Amino acid sequence: MSKVLIVAEHLDGRLNASTARCVTAATALAPQAIDILVLSDAPDAVAAQAAALAGVATVRTVARPENAHALAAVLAPQVAAAAAGYSHLFGPSTTFGKDLMPRVAALLGVAQVSDLMEVVDARTFKRPIYAGNAIVTVTAPADAVVVATVRTASFAAAGTGGSAGVEPLALDVALPGHTRFVGLAAGKSDRPDLQTASRVVSGGRALGSADAFSIIYSLADRIGAGVGASRAAVDAGYVPNDMQVGQTGKIIAPELYIAIGISGAIQHLTGIKDAGTIVAINKDAEAPIFEIADYGLVGDLFKLVPELEAALAG
Amino acid sequence: MKILVGYKRVVDYNVRIQVRPDGTGVVTDGVKLSPNPFDEIALEEALRLREKGLAEEVVVVAIAPADAQAHLRNGLAMGANRAIHVVADGPVQPLTAARVLLKLVEREQPGLVLLGKQAIDDDANQTGQMLAALWDRPQATFASKLELDGQVARVTREVDAGLETIEVDLPAVVTTDLRLNEPRFIKLPDIMKAKSKPLETVPMAELGAEAGDFLGHGPYAPPARRSKGVMVKDVAELVAALKAKGLV
Ligand SMILES: Cc1cc2nc3c(=O)[nH]c(=O)nc-3n(C[C@H](O)[C@H](O)[C@H](O)COP(=O)(O)OP(=O)(O)OC[C@H]3O[C@@H](n4cnc5c(N)ncnc54)[C@H](O)[C@@H]3O)c2cc1C
Ligand SMILES: Nc1ncnc2c1ncn2[C@@H]1O[C@H](COP(=O)(O)O)[C@@H](O)[C@H]1O
Repeated sequence: MSKVLIVAEHLDGRLNASTARCVTAATALAPQAIDILVLSDAPDAVAAQAAALAGVATVRTVARPENAHALAAVLAPQVAAAAAGYSHLFGPSTTFGKDLMPRVAALLGVAQVSDLMEVVDARTFKRPIYAGNAIVTVTAPADAVVVATVRTASFAAAGTGGSAGVEPLALDVALPGHTRFVGLAAGKSDRPDLQTASRVVSGGRALGSADAFSIIYSLADRIGAGVGASRAAVDAGYVPNDMQVGQTGKIIAPELYIAIGISGAIQHLTGIKDAGTIVAINKDAEAPIFEIADYGLVGDLFKLVPELEAALAG
Repeated sequence: MKILVGYKRVVDYNVRIQVRPDGTGVVTDGVKLSPNPFDEIALEEALRLREKGLAEEVVVVAIAPADAQAHLRNGLAMGANRAIHVVADGPVQPLTAARVLLKLVEREQPGLVLLGKQAIDDDANQTGQMLAALWDRPQATFASKLELDGQVARVTREVDAGLETIEVDLPAVVTTDLRLNEPRFIKLPDIMKAKSKPLETVPMAELGAEAGDFLGHGPYAPPARRSKGVMVKDVAELVAALKAKGLV
């Protein structure tokens, strides 16, 4: 029987929605128990949120001042120590999980399944490779713990209403001092979070400047959407890096995705494959984005986007 | 200081990947191979550190089949001082790559190891983190800025929440994100010069690294295809369609 430990991602006392998605992935294993590990300097608030997730048996907390920031080198030895007795160790395929979980896997001397997108059985999983252009089935050996990062866009978030027990965990591990947190410059925004928003509007290189991006924000605000961008728009400095959607940015699965002035390079498309409905606005009728868009509209975005916003106001 | 750079050969990012009809893998015969884009960024960063006088030697490493010599010459032409070709029969998984790199680290004693954040074939995003763990040294992944100050590196990392800055003691492993720099183009005379630079060939078995290819792979399948949708003629038609679906 499987027993799963999920490493919680959190920031400023709030549990990241990716953790609830890992719970759903773990549920697919039909395990004996799903536990959540919260590493923090002050874990109580996050532990309470984790305990409320449906399907969770126990939340284990490790409170240490060194855990104030998510430094992989500091967290990994604790996660490796906490893994004893578990058959599966899951983390989200976010920058947090991607940074941490391979370090844990190496400490345990096991391989890692990256971007787990489907559970076939307790040892067999599907994952994307080549920017999502191929899906490979991977099989983990029976005699070792399975360490995986979960492709969050592939799993719905588990619901709440659970009431798991919260247990402090005492781990006797020495932590390194060679890695120190300096600061986080977080993009402050009142808009819905890109990774969990049900609607996302993205802009590409065609916007041409940071100022011009305001029409994207304005449309997004009209429909309560999160805002994303192509790599070209980020590289050109129109928007910050945390807005990049794609192979090397965020993989998202909103119900509605509107791509504006984005050509549809394969590296971008891999980030939106699981979106419900894709709308594309592009002046080039031959743009590859139209090959995957549910609704395509050819024309100049500087004319069409304000028109669209106005039409949605009515 | 010496910098060790991971320099993996992968299918070029412009190639349209095809899964073999029998599901045994993807088509790689006759397909264009290139350095992993993130590794070109790693090499570029190493060269810039050397040009600033912060490093003396840049060594590129590839774990790759015997026919990868030209690939390593490419890294030498871009500016590396020397290359190490660890000859493997086929692709190796990240844990094996990390164990092999650790053997080279023990031998070469670099002050910094620069790897890509991910190889665009397996998209694993693991090797740097694994190497750092096995080496018991710091890691700074997804770097978009790297500053060296004596025995400390200050690294800005591209994380989901924005830009995080950390400080790590050297030696350390740093993995590169796309915005760290823009790799230089290789000039013709440099290709000639590269021919006389040292390129060491080591059979992987000789390094004595434990194998770590623990995951079975296959079958391979193409991704589920999104069906092509419809073109609408104007904004009104688009809004009507979205309203009908209850999306706006
Ligand atoms: C290793 C690697 C990883 C990458 N990772 C990512 C990633 O994560 N995410 C990502 O997005 N990219 C990624 N890329 C880059 C990707 O290959 C493309 O270069 C990028 O997505 C292009 O962005 P774009 O569509 O905004 O720009 P372009 O390709 O330049 O497209 C601009 C589009 O706007 C249209 N247009 C221009 N003017 C107008 C107008 N007035 N009205 C309407 N339409 C107009 C044009 O017809 C064109 O289709 C990666 C590349 C590599 C090599
Ligand atoms: N076979 C290899 N040869 C050289 N470097 C490698 C190899 N495999 C992985 N690496 C390095 O590790 C990085 C991450 O690879 P991966 O973990 O496979 O996504 C790559 O960008 C390379 O810098």
